[in-house]
Amino acid sequence: MVTYWIAVLAISILLYVLLDGFDLGVGILFGATSDETKRRAMLGAISPMWDGNETWLVVTGVILWGAFPPVYATLLSAFYLPLLVMIAGLILRGVSFEFRSKATTARWLWDWSFAGGSFAATFIQGMTVGALVEGLPIRNGVYAGGDFGWLSPFAVLCGIGLCLGYMLLGASWLVRKCEDDVRDNAYRLIPYLSVGLLAFLLVVFGYALAGDFRVMGRWLERPYLLIFPAIGVIAAIVLAHSVRHRRDGKPFYMVALIFVAAFGTLAISFWPYMIPFSITIDDAAAPHASLAFMFWGEGLFVFPLMLIYAAVNYSVFRGKVRPTADHY
Amino acid sequence: MDITALLLSRLQFAFTISFHIIFPSFTIGLAAWLTLLEAMHRATGRPAYRVVFEFWLKIFGVAFGLGVVSGVVMAFEFGTNWSAFAAKMGPIQGVLLSYETFTAFFLEASFFGILLFGRSRVPPWFYLFSTAMVALGTTFSAFWIMVNNSWMQVPVGYAPMNGTFGPADWFKILFNGVVWVRFPHMLLASYLTGAFCVAATGAWYLLRGEFHAEARIMLRMGLFLGAVLVPLQLLFGHLVGDYVHDSQPVKFATIEARWHDEQPASEVLIAWPDEAEQTNHYAISIPILGSLIGSMSFTSKEVGLTDFPVQDRPPVAIPFFTFRIMVGCGLAMLLIAWLGSYMSLKERLGQNRLMLWLIFLSFPLPWIAILTGWFTAEVGRQPWVVYGVMRTAEAMTPFLTTRAATISLVVFCAVYSFIFAFGVLYIYRLLRAGPAGQLVLPPHAAIPNRPMSVLDDHHVPGAPQIGAGE
Repeated sequence: MVTYWIAVLAISILLYVLLDGFDLGVGILFGATSDETKRRAMLGAISPMWDGNETWLVVTGVILWGAFPPVYATLLSAFYLPLLVMIAGLILRGVSFEFRSKATTARWLWDWSFAGGSFAATFIQGMTVGALVEGLPIRNGVYAGGDFGWLSPFAVLCGIGLCLGYMLLGASWLVRKCEDDVRDNAYRLIPYLSVGLLAFLLVVFGYALAGDFRVMGRWLERPYLLIFPAIGVIAAIVLAHSVRHRRDGKPFYMVALIFVAAFGTLAISFWPYMIPFSITIDDAAAPHASLAFMFWGEGLFVFPLMLIYAAVNYSVFRGKVRPTADHY
Repeated sequence: MDITALLLSRLQFAFTISFHIIFPSFTIGLAAWLTLLEAMHRATGRPAYRVVFEFWLKIFGVAFGLGVVSGVVMAFEFGTNWSAFAAKMGPIQGVLLSYETFTAFFLEASFFGILLFGRSRVPPWFYLFSTAMVALGTTFSAFWIMVNNSWMQVPVGYAPMNGTFGPADWFKILFNGVVWVRFPHMLLASYLTGAFCVAATGAWYLLRGEFHAEARIMLRMGLFLGAVLVPLQLLFGHLVGDYVHDSQPVKFATIEARWHDEQPASEVLIAWPDEAEQTNHYAISIPILGSLIGSMSFTSKEVGLTDFPVQDRPPVAIPFFTFRIMVGCGLAMLLIAWLGSYMSLKERLGQNRLMLWLIFLSFPLPWIAILTGWFTAEVGRQPWVVYGVMRTAEAMTPFLTTRAATISLVVFCAVYSFIFAFGVLYIYRLLRAGPAGQLVLPPHAAIPNRPMSVLDDHHVPGAPQIGAGE
């Protein structure tokens, strides 16, 4: 049961990062252009999916609460102020999708909310992961860092890194869904973003080595884990190739693969801890009666349906976004 | 009272949850109403039903979207502000809310897209089915929330399990009597919200002399629904009162502002309760009625607040007054629904502007009743978060600072006011525009999962248009 729910949790987080990752990334890129036609095309490329994508965040939250209550309680309370910023960002960004087209004089307000909200939410997500990798100040199972215990140069660095990562994911999505200017712009951005991301990863690696993070010890113990970075490298090579040859469909999958590799790397560095190095999966698991009740209903029947629905949604909206079909 | 992180967290939770409940209570009712309209259209073939359906679907979209964004906050707030509670109660309440996410959000999201954009792509029977599924999804959501809250009011079927409260008996948790009176109470309240908003809109159009056919459908269906459902709601309200009487005697005494044991007990209609003096000022009360309401008896003894230690009593004034406001709204709704239905049957409603004005102005009543009803239930449960098991003061994140709690409260107030103002503005514009002949079908590559995008329909160049009389 515990294994099953850890697996479902991992799938939900990964789906969230990949799916909301690209639409948050497009949101950040949105702020970098001021051309109305391009902005509409960018919105059109994500508006059918963003809401469903974000639902995976809620799924992640409730699985944590139901199946691993101490982790839910510790993480959310420790990251009190950052999560506030993230939620505010997600709300403003969510309503901007809808309100911007109705605004007459206040469109700039919603444009700003959309780009700013996307950026804020992304930055916070990267920062929390960074703070977790570095290790939260937790004593006897209770967070003891105060209002700003999560704040560190490393965490901020990871926040910036995730912004680069989501922007790369977003750019590769635009390549896939758009045509003309927007696609060409995105193609031009991908190399810069990729190099930026690579530089970020190197800095993070160096920082972790220099700072003697405990997570690093796991890598020395288990050298076979290098398979994940290796997958990432191969994906990056194929990405470069597909960008040079303008294969619209491919870059997104390659960037996604890089994210999967990074996710796998992180997950295995943490294992068996959920909050390194204070709460393990077994410490955190809810009583069997809770996990079993979740499994026999939502786990066994509803979860597969949710996956099927997401797949159907994406297949309905497959292919390029035609300007004529754009509702704006 | 000192400004503490606890007080601020309570204010924040009260504010965010009150803001949130405004939208689901409307959309639950509206989804059911849309299903009814679509079924009527299928059965009778009258085009006016279809026009009214398309019109309310747009409003449904906006309200649904605001409900979704304000709901995401709730999923986080238990962990940020109430982490001690979240850690201890997660094995029961986290599981219940995970069921809400999996069953309700999934159904809503799946069929909502078809509802907004799929009419031309699916057979008519499937469209009706989709409408019903959205209504079912919102109902599931309400169900899990009511199971969850009922467990906090009357915790059953739990046992201590390594430092937390674990589920000992899921059957008891899901199928106890409290759930099954409170869930219908909430569901009926939502239906009434929908019914009164629809009737009020109809009355508004008649007052303005517009959209006669549609306005008459809205008025009639809304009023008739209200005329049947309000009495039913009063009955369920009474049943909810019975469970409070039996399971939460201190809350019952608070609502009644009964300070001392009485036999037979009188009923305080209105008064100014004074906690310091433990008495009521300016009280108007009726002898014996208290026993009759509490125990259906002329002689029963009813307990008073002084039977309970001061630290176990809720604040008296809020539950006392909110309960009376709720009941007052209910009675006013009964009057309006019955009188309006009677006049409508006699075909005299259209000429009576006073009555139309009354109906038009009645649309806030269900919301006020829902909010004050929840205030009664939640404030009346204090000082417990889980009644008799965990105190609210023990539920809070132990290291939450006043500074952090102040910041978050201010941010939520600002953001919510901002989006609420614009959301209301857009709904108002839709209502004012009315179900005119500008009925527009969505474009082909339309967009599910985008509740509010319906608003954009009339901007679509080249979208196929159908007239009101299609």
